[in-house]
Amino acid sequence: MGESMADDLLRAPIFGSGASFSDLLKQAVASPPPGNGIDKPLHVPEGTTVLAIRYLDGVIVAGDRRATEGFQISHRSIEKVFAADDMSAVAIAGAAGPAVEMVRLLQTELEHYEKVEGERLTLEGKANKLSQMIRANLPAALQGLVVVPLFAGFDEARNVGRIFKYDVTGGRYEEDDYHATGSGGKDARSSLKKRYNHGLTRDEVVKIAIEALFDAADEDVGTGGPDLVRDIFPTVVSITVDGTLEIPEDDIRALFNELISERREQMLLPHEHTVDVRRPRRGS
Amino acid sequence: MPYYVPPEQLMKDKADYARKGIARGKSILALEYVDGIFFIAENPSATLYKISEIYDRIAFAGVGKFNEFEQLRIGGIRLVDLKGYSYSREDVTAKSLANAYSQSLGNIFTSEVKPYECEILVASVGDTTNENELFHILYDGSVTDRQGWVAMGGQSDQLGSALEERYPDGPPDLKDAFRLGEEILHTVENRSMPPANLEVAILDRTRGRRKFRRLSVAQIEAILA
Repeated sequence: MGESMADDLLRAPIFGSGASFSDLLKQAVASPPPGNGIDKPLHVPEGTTVLAIRYLDGVIVAGDRRATEGFQISHRSIEKVFAADDMSAVAIAGAAGPAVEMVRLLQTELEHYEKVEGERLTLEGKANKLSQMIRANLPAALQGLVVVPLFAGFDEARNVGRIFKYDVTGGRYEEDDYHATGSGGKDARSSLKKRYNHGLTRDEVVKIAIEALFDAADEDVGTGGPDLVRDIFPTVVSITVDGTLEIPEDDIRALFNELISERREQMLLPHEHTVDVRRPRRGS
Repeated sequence: MPYYVPPEQLMKDKADYARKGIARGKSILALEYVDGIFFIAENPSATLYKISEIYDRIAFAGVGKFNEFEQLRIGGIRLVDLKGYSYSREDVTAKSLANAYSQSLGNIFTSEVKPYECEILVASVGDTTNENELFHILYDGSVTDRQGWVAMGGQSDQLGSALEERYPDGPPDLKDAFRLGEEILHTVENRSMPPANLEVAILDRTRGRRKFRRLSVAQIEAILA
């Protein structure tokens, strides 16, 4: 940034870009949205399964750690759950590059607004801003760079946690109880459907979130389960009136270990079957 | 035929004009304390701030004409947010922001008919007291790099000499910094200052990424208790 640009910015009228960072960015750098001029769908790393669940004190957001590129694993420990500010978080699914960039823009946008105006945007305002960003990504989405985040936060005016899901055109839909999206989203939702009820505590929702991610990883090739070899576990963030808080990895590890032993108990081990399901022998 | 005005006279008139405008406003003090930098100002308004957050470690304080330093504040936020987004958060420095302010105020002072009637402070908290930075920028763009404390506004000379005398050798704790600042402010201004009429903020290095924090009346009372 040159000196004359700095001078222009410092002397620009206050209502130029108002409190909007993205408007400011558009004035400062005229870069075309990604996707223009690309005529073949791109193969880029994709984030897989993320979910959000409402509970008594707020909301939790969780995501697995895998990114895939076609049928390959492109990253084993990607982060998909981000605090957007102190009171909200966004979880990304879809093309990882543009999604992470969108989160960075949203984070800057929210902080910029807060500093310029002296107060935070309402949760509704944040959700709408994200909606506009997704809409702006539509040309890229048509080329295959689809970004569909899940947004959740604590609404300080209503004193509740809220969840918003989006479609590729920026359509914004509020969810009452829980939602999961990404390649294993449907499997995670099926799991949550059986476990969820409206009066759960934080520990209980963290447990069903872990279970839903485990089930999604069990059914969907794109979703990463707990990586016991490399010690990589999904991330879970809670948002309450006290702000965002990441659930410690040790707790997540313990919950997975518990879940795995529970599941083992529920199953017959191969040698206990009357028929050996793993090695069916013919004519014996 | 245009009148000839010698440049010395022109600059002197502008400077006098700017100084007069600034002298009408209320003052601000910034003091280094153990965990960072402490700001105190007399401000009856609970919404029109003189002290505010610019970036993770950087705060801004302005005295004089509100609309003028407010424009500089917002311009500064735009500048650093753009820089931090384009490069990285660590690339945003108080020095470069202070330099941009200095250039702008200098240009305005020499080329505009009316100079800005304000003075600003760009403060940045470091990991140690030695790494703190305090840049005091005047209406004509001149910058001074300060240590320990800064006094700005109408009564800055008296406030400065009081601080010169009473600011301790090492940085005080928050409670002492508050007491010292508050006492000097109300003695020099010769007015009673209930906590509700004070604007108080800190850059606290023990906080997370965003070091700036505004202190409410209740929090001020808790510090004093």
